[in-house]
Amino acid sequence: MRIPLSWIREYTQFPAEGTAEDLMAELVKVGLEEEDVHRPTDELSGPIVVGEVLEKIPEPQSNGKTINWCQVRVVPEGSTQTLTQEGIDPSGVQGIVCGAHNFEVGDKVVVTLPGAVLPGDFRIAARKTYGHVSAGMIASVRELGIGEDHDGILVLSTLGLDPAVGADAMELLGLYDSAAEINVTPDRGYAFSLRGVAREYSHATGTPFIDPAEQITTDDDAARPGLEVSLSDQAPIYGVDGCSRFVTRKVTGIDPKAPTPPWMASRLRLAGMRSISIAVDVSNYVMLELGQPNHCYDAAKLDGGIQVRRAAAGEKLITLDEKERSLHGEDLVIADARGAIGIAGVMGGARTEVDDSTSAVIVEAAHFDPISVSRSKRRHKLPSEASKRFERGVDPQLAPLAAQRVVDLLIQLAGGTNAAELTDAGTPVLPEPIALDPALPEKLTGVAYTQEQIQATLTAIGAEVTQSGDQLLVTPPSWRPDLSIPASLVEEIARLIGYDQIPSRLPVPPAGRGLTVSQQRRRSVYAGLAAAGFTEVLSYPFYSEAANTLFGRAEDTGEPMPMLRLANPIASQHPALRTTVLPGLLEAVRRNVSRGFTDLALFEAGLVFLPKAQLGSATIPALGAYPGEDVLADLDAGIPEQPLHIAAVVSGAEPAELPGVAGRRRDWADAVDAAEKVADLLRVQLEVTQGRHQAFHPGRTAELRLNGIRVGYAGELHPKVIEDQDLPARTSVMELDLSALIAAAPEQVSAASISTFPPTTQDVSLIVAQTLPATILESTLAEGAGSLLEDIELFDVYSGEHIGEGKKSLAYGLRFRAEDRTLTAEEASEARASAVALAAERHGAVQR
Amino acid sequence: MSTPETPHPLDESAIERSVEEAIAAFAAAGDLEELKAARLAHTGDKAPIVLANRQIGTLDKTEKAAAGKLLGGARGKIQKALAARTEVLEVEHAERILVEETVDVTAAGRRRPLGARHPLSVLQERVSDVFIAMGWEIAEGPEIESEWFNFDALNIAPDHPSREMQDTFFVEPPEAHLVLRTHTSPVQIRSLLSRELPVYVLCPGKTFRTDELDATHTPVFHQFEGIAVDKGLTMADLKGTLEHFARRMLGEDAAIRLRPAYFPFTEPSAELDVWHPEAKGGPRWIEWGGCGMINPAVLRAAGVDPEEYTGFAFGMGIERTLMFRNGVPDMRDMIEGDIRFSQHFGMEV
Repeated sequence: MRIPLSWIREYTQFPAEGTAEDLMAELVKVGLEEEDVHRPTDELSGPIVVGEVLEKIPEPQSNGKTINWCQVRVVPEGSTQTLTQEGIDPSGVQGIVCGAHNFEVGDKVVVTLPGAVLPGDFRIAARKTYGHVSAGMIASVRELGIGEDHDGILVLSTLGLDPAVGADAMELLGLYDSAAEINVTPDRGYAFSLRGVAREYSHATGTPFIDPAEQITTDDDAARPGLEVSLSDQAPIYGVDGCSRFVTRKVTGIDPKAPTPPWMASRLRLAGMRSISIAVDVSNYVMLELGQPNHCYDAAKLDGGIQVRRAAAGEKLITLDEKERSLHGEDLVIADARGAIGIAGVMGGARTEVDDSTSAVIVEAAHFDPISVSRSKRRHKLPSEASKRFERGVDPQLAPLAAQRVVDLLIQLAGGTNAAELTDAGTPVLPEPIALDPALPEKLTGVAYTQEQIQATLTAIGAEVTQSGDQLLVTPPSWRPDLSIPASLVEEIARLIGYDQIPSRLPVPPAGRGLTVSQQRRRSVYAGLAAAGFTEVLSYPFYSEAANTLFGRAEDTGEPMPMLRLANPIASQHPALRTTVLPGLLEAVRRNVSRGFTDLALFEAGLVFLPKAQLGSATIPALGAYPGEDVLADLDAGIPEQPLHIAAVVSGAEPAELPGVAGRRRDWADAVDAAEKVADLLRVQLEVTQGRHQAFHPGRTAELRLNGIRVGYAGELHPKVIEDQDLPARTSVMELDLSALIAAAPEQVSAASISTFPPTTQDVSLIVAQTLPATILESTLAEGAGSLLEDIELFDVYSGEHIGEGKKSLAYGLRFRAEDRTLTAEEASEARASAVALAAERHGAVQR
Repeated sequence: MSTPETPHPLDESAIERSVEEAIAAFAAAGDLEELKAARLAHTGDKAPIVLANRQIGTLDKTEKAAAGKLLGGARGKIQKALAARTEVLEVEHAERILVEETVDVTAAGRRRPLGARHPLSVLQERVSDVFIAMGWEIAEGPEIESEWFNFDALNIAPDHPSREMQDTFFVEPPEAHLVLRTHTSPVQIRSLLSRELPVYVLCPGKTFRTDELDATHTPVFHQFEGIAVDKGLTMADLKGTLEHFARRMLGEDAAIRLRPAYFPFTEPSAELDVWHPEAKGGPRWIEWGGCGMINPAVLRAAGVDPEEYTGFAFGMGIERTLMFRNGVPDMRDMIEGDIRFSQHFGMEV
C-alpha cells in the first residue's frame, strides 16, 4: 500500500516537513513494514513554470516535419524575471522550439526552463536546433513522468486549470508530494486504505486521528428507494452468503469528460494507479481513501434491476479488460436482466462500463465473502485492487458511506446531480464480542499490563469493552474481522504498547537426550566421507522421468519404474521427484568439469521419494481441531516412503599428479570403497557381489547387500551412459540406502579382546574360476582357517598366461594370532592348510 | 703399502711404533670404508701386533708374562683408537646422509586432499548444537507431506493465499492432498502429536516453494524452526531463547528485536530482526525470520489443551543465515555444487 504524504496529513498530525522515511519509521512500530519510497523530486527538479504561448510560427523543415517556433511568457506581465540560469531571458519571454501542434496562441502550458531536470536524467538547457536557440521545452505529461499520453504537450486548460503565468508548475501538478510504500500483512485488510493507515499512525504516535468515514454525511433520509437489488446465493461457500450487503446510489447528468483535478491525479499516481476518467478516478480515490472497493455502472446500459447470485452453467462475461470469461458455478456474479455484468469483488463487465457518452451512473458499494472473492480471483487469475481488499476483509459498515462519498465527488468534480435514490440490501455481518480473561495478556506476553492499559488500547483500536463478571467483553470494530480470538486481542495490546516492553527470559526445558543415534551416525558418515576426500553437494530433487528410470532401481523386475510426479513442476522437463540421488550428483560433476575440475570425488545425502499403494488421503481434516488417532493414522499411511540415500561419484585421478607420485586413476574400486567406508563408519558389514544395473558397466557393477537384502550399487558407469551424459571417462559411482544401513548399525560397539602375543603371517595364492567373487573366496578361507585367523587381506589379483583360460589367481595375506600363547609356525601352517582345503572343496581352488 | 715389519714381542719401542702407526692410520681414514682397511691392516690376521702376539709362544715363561702385558696394552690402545674413530666417522656418515636426503619441503603437494562438508549442512548442525546445549531435541519429518500437516494443522485455511499453486509444489494427483512441505512446521505438529509434553524441539530441514532460482531465491531451501510447549511459557521466553541463540551464532554483541507481524499459526506474531555486529558493510539490523506464541487452534489440532499449555515457535532460513553470517552474496553458489564453494569452508562454517 502506498501512502501519499499530503493525503495522510489530512487525517493525522503527520508533520508538514515529515518525509516518507519518517512516516515508515513510525508505522513499522505497529507492524506495517517499510517497502519503498516514491518521490517524484528524486527524478525531477525545476525551474518548471506555467507559461503562456504568445507566438507560434510553424516552420516546415527539409525532413518533412514542421516545427513551431514559439515565444512563451514565463513571468507575469509587468514583473521581472528573477531566474538567472544561462539561457533564461531577462525579458521573461522564452524562445522555444516545439514539435507538437496540439496548442494555440494564448494556451497556458508547462515550461521546463534551462536548469530543470526531467525523469531519465533529461537535463534542460538552451541549445541550437532548427536554426534557433531553443531555451527550454514545452512539456508533455510523459516528459514530466506523470502520464502516458503522448498526443502532444500538456495544455493546462484541459485539466480545467487557468493558473497565473510564472506559477510553479510542480506545485500545481502535485509533484512535491511523495508516498511511503508499506507492506500490509494479510490479516489487516483495513490498512489497504488511507483511513486504516492513518489510524495506525495515530496508534504508533499517540497523536489524534480524524476518521474520513466520519466526515461523510449521508443523505439517506432524503433518499427514495433506488435500483431493485436482490441477493440470492444458491450455493454459499462454508454456509456464508456471498454478498451480505449491497448498496447502490444514482448520480445523473455527469460530464464524463470532466478533467480529473491535478491533486487527485497526483494522489492516484503516487498510490500507484493511473488516471483514466473522472468516474473511474473518483471510484479509485474513494477506495484508496476508505478501503471500500466500489463500482460505477453506466445507468443507461443496465437492463432492469440487479441480482447478486452464483453464475449459471455456461454463463459468460466479457470483463473490463475485454476478455471473455467462462464463469464457474461457484463464481458470485452481479447480473442484470440480460446476464452477468461483473464478477463480484473481482472485476466489472465491459457491457455496462462508463464511457465518454455516459450521463447517469449507478454507484455500487457492497460487501462480499472473502473466500468467494478469493476463489474467483484465483480461478480467473484476476488479482485486482478490489479483490485484494475483499479477500482480506472490508469493513461491512462502509458501503453506504463510500457510495455517498462517490456521489459527493461526482457532483463536485463531474457536475453530476444526486438522484437521491438509495438501495441498501442485505444485513451487515459484524464482529461478535470476545470474552477476554484479563490475565491472558500477561500469560501470553510476560508483561503485567494494568487493567487501564488493556482497556485503553482496546478502546484505541475501536473496540467496545465492557465488564462481564471477571471477564472483559470486547466487541472488535467493524473493520477488524481478523480479531476473532482472545489471543488476537492480546496481540493488539502488546503491539500498541510495544513489543520492546516484553522482557527476556531463558526457559529451562527438562534435561534433553541430545542427538538421536541416527542423527549422530549421519554426522559421522558425512564427516568421514569428507575427511576421506569427498566434497558434499546439495542438488535439487526434480528430475526427468528418464533420469529416474536410468539411475533408480535396477530394471530387473520388468515393471516400469514407479515414481512420483509434481502437478506443477518449475520446469516441465523435470516433473519427477527423485528415486535416486545420482542424477543430481552427476549434474554437479558436469558443472565442475565445465569449470575446469575433472579430478572429482563428490557425495550427497538426501531423501528419495518412492510411491506406495496408498497415495495420500482423500479427505483433509478440519482446521483447528484434533482429528483423532484413526484419521492421523490414515494420513500417515498415505505419506510416500522417503528413505535417506547417500551417493558418491569419483572421476579423474587421486591424487592429482604430484612431484614423484603418478596420479592414480580413480576407478570402480574407489566407488566400492566409498560404499564400504560408509558401512565401516556405521560398523555394519556390506556384502559385495557381482551385480547388474542398466546404468552401470555390465562387468563392473557391484551389488551391495546388507543381511542379504540389496541396499545399493557401486561400480563404473556404462560407457554409453558416460558418453550420453557427457561425463569424464570411467566415472564411477555408488548409492546406498543410508536409512537401511543406519537401522542395522549397532547402537553401541562391544570391545574385542586384543591379544598381546606376536602374530604369524602367511600368504596363500589360489587359482579359481574367473567368475568366483574374491569376497566369497575370502570368507571361505576365513571359515577354513578357523579362530586363529585374525585378519585376511586380498593383495593381488592376476589372470593371464600360466593361469589358464577362465581362471584367475587371488593372493591373500593371512595373519594368525592366538589369545593365550605365541603361535608356532606349524600351528599357523595347519590353519592355512585347512583354509586351502576348504577352498579346494568348495570352489575347486588350486594352490598356485 | 709396504708390509710393516713384525716387531719383537719384547721390543717395547717397536711395539709402540706399531701402535702409533695404527693410530695414525685410523686418524687418516676419511670414511668408514678407509677405516675398515686400516682396521684390517692393524688388527687383522696380518697386523704387526697380531703377528707379534703369535710369537709369544716361543718365549720363555718370564718373558711371556712381560710380552703379554706389553702386547695387551698395545692392543687396548689400538682398539680404543679404533672405537673412537669409528664413532666419529659414523656420526659424520649419518650427518652426510641426512644432508644428502634434503628435499624441498615446499614441493610436497597434497597427497590425500581433504574433502568438504556443504556449509549449509554444517551450519544446520551448529544451529542444532546450540539448541541441544539448551536441552532441546532435534526432530525430523518427511519432505512430502500431507496437506493437513503442512497447512490445516497450522491454522492455514483452505483459501489462504499461501496454499495457491504459485507457492506450493503439489504431488500428482492433487486429490491425494500431498505437497512438498513449504516449511518445516509440519514437523512441529508431528512432534507435538508424538512426544510427551513439555516439548522443546528444533526442526531443521529441507523445504520447497515454487520460486525460480535467482541470487536470493531457490525453490529448494532449508529452514530451522523451533517449538516450545510447556506450562507458563510467554513471549519473554521466546525473546530469551532467540537472544541466546543470536549470541551463540553471531557473537556476544548480537541483539534481537521483535516487530508486530502476522502468521496464521501464531498469535501474537512477530518478525524477528537481529543486530549483526560483524555484518559486511557495518553493524545493522537484519530480518531473520518469524515467530510468535502458538495459535490455540494449532495446539488443539495437535491434541494439546491451550487452556493448560502455552507455547512459542520461530522459524529462520539457513540459506539466509549463511548469506549474512558468512557473507555469501549469491544463493546460486549454494546449489551449483562447484567444489570451490564447499572446499573454501572445509569442515567448518
